[in-house]
Amino acid sequence: MRRVTLCLLLFLATACTSTDKGTTLVLASTTSTQDSGLLDLLTRQFEADNPGTQVKTIAAGSGEVLALGKNKDADVLLMHSPEQETAFMKDGHGVSRQAVMNNEFIIVGPSSDPASASNGGTIQQALALIARSQQTFISRGDDSGTHRQEMQLWSAAGITPTGDWYLESGQGQAETLVVASEKSAYALTDSSTFAVTRSIDNLKALRLVGLRNPYSVIVVNDARNMAAAISFADWLTNSKGQLVIARQGLFTPVTPAGP
Amino acid sequence: MMHALRLLLDGDPYTLEVIATSLKISAVSLAIAIAIGLPLGLALGMTRFAGKGGFLVLVNSAMGLPPVVVGLFVFMALRNDGPFGQAGLLFTPTAMVIAQVPLAVPLIAGITMAAIAALHPDIRLQARGLGAGRIQQARLVAREARPSLVAACIAGFGITISEVGAIIITGGNLLVGGHNYTRTMTTAIVQETRQGRFDRALAFAIILLVLIAIVNIFLTRAQTRR
Repeated sequence: MRRVTLCLLLFLATACTSTDKGTTLVLASTTSTQDSGLLDLLTRQFEADNPGTQVKTIAAGSGEVLALGKNKDADVLLMHSPEQETAFMKDGHGVSRQAVMNNEFIIVGPSSDPASASNGGTIQQALALIARSQQTFISRGDDSGTHRQEMQLWSAAGITPTGDWYLESGQGQAETLVVASEKSAYALTDSSTFAVTRSIDNLKALRLVGLRNPYSVIVVNDARNMAAAISFADWLTNSKGQLVIARQGLFTPVTPAGP
Repeated sequence: MMHALRLLLDGDPYTLEVIATSLKISAVSLAIAIAIGLPLGLALGMTRFAGKGGFLVLVNSAMGLPPVVVGLFVFMALRNDGPFGQAGLLFTPTAMVIAQVPLAVPLIAGITMAAIAALHPDIRLQARGLGAGRIQQARLVAREARPSLVAACIAGFGITISEVGAIIITGGNLLVGGHNYTRTMTTAIVQETRQGRFDRALAFAIILLVLIAIVNIFLTRAQTRR
């Protein structure tokens, strides 16, 4: 019994101390960067380039990412919700905001395209065709960057999406794509998450004019690890971070890095 | 947070629908689980058969089934490509019930079984001596063990109302046409937290705890009434 207790204590002690070495930077990011595997690549390379700094990542919806920033539970944010980011900066919660990379918004749906949505040419027209034919569409419904973009597109098309064809998952992008695949439904998604989500074979990307989805890095005002946060943001927007993004190939870095 | 609580309780249709879905899924799951678990527990507690020991280990182990694992199994079975994909049940309330019943049955059967085993064996021997059949014996035993059987139902209710891992995978936390379809209080708490609306998440949490307490007031009364 005493031996078991001793083991437990040792385990607890190691569990507690293992993170105490050096600085632990807390990075909050939206789900697409984690689902696509980019977040792991970035943090691993950053830790290799900056010995003594560990990066703890939290992947969440835009709302939670911003809340983590406001409460200073995160030091640095990587996200794609331009309007919310602008408001966050205006309210003085961030000290800097820099463009990092882009991917594209796309519409995905059943390969048979029952709404003939690909005839629309643009995403906005495609949504209008889906609404007209009342084919099932599944929305994130979670106030995320992608959901906000979707609502803007509906309103630009002059449509208020209501009715039994319009579903809301309230979950992340990958979960929403799985629901869309199982329900043979259409969905708006970022291209990177669509590229890496598995077991959604029912879905095909529609051929439409692309719509840019910009990602930014924000250093939180009065962050607990301010120096590390600034060096991460600089690293991400300079050649080293940009190269990691370019090599992975799922996002387009803002500054095309040399070889 | 008080503001969120007031908003949620102020006849907000969204909140009421979430609460209704929670109670509906939980009630149906619990009713089916009781219908299977109570007789199963009684039978296991009253009979002796070869290999019973192994069966008891199985039931007891199943009392600790991880909800998310059961959810995954049900998800795989109900997928379009899965063995029961034709039924089109994935992401429906039915799928959530299918996932919750296997979580509640072992709890109800296990507690029932333990309660029966703890009863004085004379009760059944006397009944048998007086010429009672198996069903009559079971009824007598169940009456003697009633507080424990209600405890079994309380445990079953506990898991069906509180569990989130299985139902978010199989139900999908969906609204259809703006109305609730498979979103319960627990899955709504997950979503509100993800969205950074911690006040609304906490408000839902308080409503959930109060509802559990209210249901348990009735169940406890049923347990202690003689």
